[in-house]
Amino acid sequence: MKVRFWGVRGSIPVPGENTRRYGGNTTCIEIRTDGGALIILDAGTGIYQLAQSLLTELPVSANVFITHSHWDHIHGLPFFIPIFVPGCSVNIYGAHDIVASTGIERVMDVQMQYSYFPVREAELKARMQYEDVQPGVPVTIADATVTPVMLNHPVVDFGYRIECNGKSVFFTGDHEPHQNIYRPEDEGFDAYRQMIEARTADINRAIGNVDLLIADSSYTVKEYETRVGWGHGTLDSSVQMALASGAKRLACTHHEPTRSDDELEKVFSEMLARARPDPNDLEVFLAREGLEITL
Amino acid sequence: MTTAIAIDHQAPAQQRLVRAVEKMPAFPKAVQQVLALCRDINCPPRDLVGVIEHDPVLTVKLLRVINSASYGLPNKVTSVNQAVLFLGINTVKNLALAFAMIGVLPTRNVAGFEVQGYLVHSVATAALARHLATRPQVGEVAADDAYIAGLLHDFGKVVMATHFPEEYRSVLEAAEAEGLPLHVVERRIIGADHAEVGAMLARHWQFSANLVSCIGNHHASPDADALTACVALANQLTRRAAVGNGRHKFRDDELPVTLRFGSEFSSIDIALGSLDSIWSSARAYAETAK
Repeated sequence: MKVRFWGVRGSIPVPGENTRRYGGNTTCIEIRTDGGALIILDAGTGIYQLAQSLLTELPVSANVFITHSHWDHIHGLPFFIPIFVPGCSVNIYGAHDIVASTGIERVMDVQMQYSYFPVREAELKARMQYEDVQPGVPVTIADATVTPVMLNHPVVDFGYRIECNGKSVFFTGDHEPHQNIYRPEDEGFDAYRQMIEARTADINRAIGNVDLLIADSSYTVKEYETRVGWGHGTLDSSVQMALASGAKRLACTHHEPTRSDDELEKVFSEMLARARPDPNDLEVFLAREGLEITL
Repeated sequence: MTTAIAIDHQAPAQQRLVRAVEKMPAFPKAVQQVLALCRDINCPPRDLVGVIEHDPVLTVKLLRVINSASYGLPNKVTSVNQAVLFLGINTVKNLALAFAMIGVLPTRNVAGFEVQGYLVHSVATAALARHLATRPQVGEVAADDAYIAGLLHDFGKVVMATHFPEEYRSVLEAAEAEGLPLHVVERRIIGADHAEVGAMLARHWQFSANLVSCIGNHHASPDADALTACVALANQLTRRAAVGNGRHKFRDDELPVTLRFGSEFSSIDIALGSLDSIWSSARAYAETAK
C-alpha cells in the first residue's frame, strides 16, 4: 500500500514563499492499494494536483472518502477532473448529515449550484455514486477495506482505517481530544470524565496498532489554550494518541495556515524535545506535500 | 368514540403519530433558552445540555436522530451527555436550534391538557428517579437512564393530547368524573394508553430496550425491573407531593407501586429522607417556565 500527501494544510490554502517546503494546499491524501485501486482521503485543494497526475491513466475509478464536510476538506471536489470525463467513475463516501437530514451527496450539491459553479452536478460526465458510511462498518474497495470511526469535531467527522494485505493506515480527519463540558466542582464532572475515558479507549482500539497514523496536529499546546472546542488536536495530543493506540509511525498534518515552514519545524522540534517519544516505538514526522510512503 | 390505535408498527394511525411527533414543537421555556444560548458563540456546553435535559420534546428528538440508522452506533445513546460526546456540542447545538425553529408547543389546547403541569411532573419525576437510582435498595441502574426514563415516561400523554385533542378531552373529563387513572380511561376511549403510545414511539425510534420497556411498563408492571421500579415510584411520589400533577391526583388509598423501598409510604419517607430540594428545584423551574 502506498500513501501520498497532496495537501497537508488546515482551514485555507496558503500558497507562497513561506509554505514552499511543506505546501499550502488543504487536505488530500492518495492511497494506492497493492492491487492499484485508488482511494482518496478528503478533497481539499490538494486533489487538483492529484487529478493532474491521473490524466495519463484515464479513465479512472476513484473512491473518495470524506472525513467531514467543512470547506477545506471538500472544496477541491468540483476541480477533480475525472468527474468531467466519460468512462470515469467517482464514488464518494462519507457521513450522513444529521442536521440537514441528507446524505453525503450534499457535499457536491451545495458546491455545484448556479451561483457558485458553472456546471451542475447532473451535468457531470463520470459515473457518480454517493454512499453514506457508518461507524464500525467496513467498506470493501478492491483488495482493501476502509472502516469509519466517529471522532470529535464541530461537525460529524469520521476517521478512516484502511487495511490492505496486513498493512494499515488511519487518518483522523479533524479531531480534538474530548474535553469535559463540566467544571471540576460540577455534579456531572466525574461521570462525564468516565464517559470520555471509555470513548477515548474505544477510539484508540479502533485505530489499533496501525502502521501509519495521520493525525490532526494543528496547534501547539500554548495555542490550544485559547482554541478549546474548535475541533483540532495539538502536536502533543497526536503523539499521545499514537502511543495509546500503538501506532508505529505518526504523520502530523493539518498544519496551521499562519505557520511558515520555519515556524512549523520549530514547534515540531519543541514538541519532540518535550514528548521524547522512543524512536524504537514511534517514528514521528511532519506531513508535507509530495511525500510518499510505502507500507 | 374509539380511535383504536392498535400497537402495530404498520398501522396508519401509528405512522401518523410518528410523523406528527417529528413536527412537534418543544416547550416554550426550552425554545426560548435554546435561541438565547445559540446567539452566544461561547455558550457553555453544560448550559445547553441542561436546557435539553429539561424538555421531553428536545430530548426525544435528539435521541431519535442519534439512534437512527444513519450512524448505526453499536450501543444506544441514552443520555444527552452521551449525545454530546458522540456528536460534538456544535452538532447538538445546531440540532437543538433546528428543533427550536419549529416553534413552541401551545400551552392551551383543545384537549384542556395542562402542558405546564405535565412538564413540571416530568422534570420532577426525572430528578427523583435519578435520585432513587443511586439508592442501595435498587441495584444496577444507571442514574442517567433513570433520569431520561423519568423525563419521558408520560411522553405519550402530550402526544395524544396534541394529536387526538377531542378524544383526549373526553379522557380527561371521564377520568375526573369517574375518579379513574388516566391510563384506564385512555384505553377505553382511545384504544391505547399513554404508556403504550410512548413505548411504541420509543421502539420506533430505536431507543434502548430498557427505556422502551420502562416507558411501556410504568403502570402495567412497575416492579418488573429496577429501572421501571425507580421511575414508577418517582412518578407516584411526585403525584403524592402534588408537584405539577395536573389532573391525575394522588388517592389516599394508593399503596407504593414497588416494595423495593418499603411497603408503606411512611417507611419510604424515612428511607429517602427529605426530597424538598427536588421539589423546590422542579417548582422553581415551573415558575421560570411560565
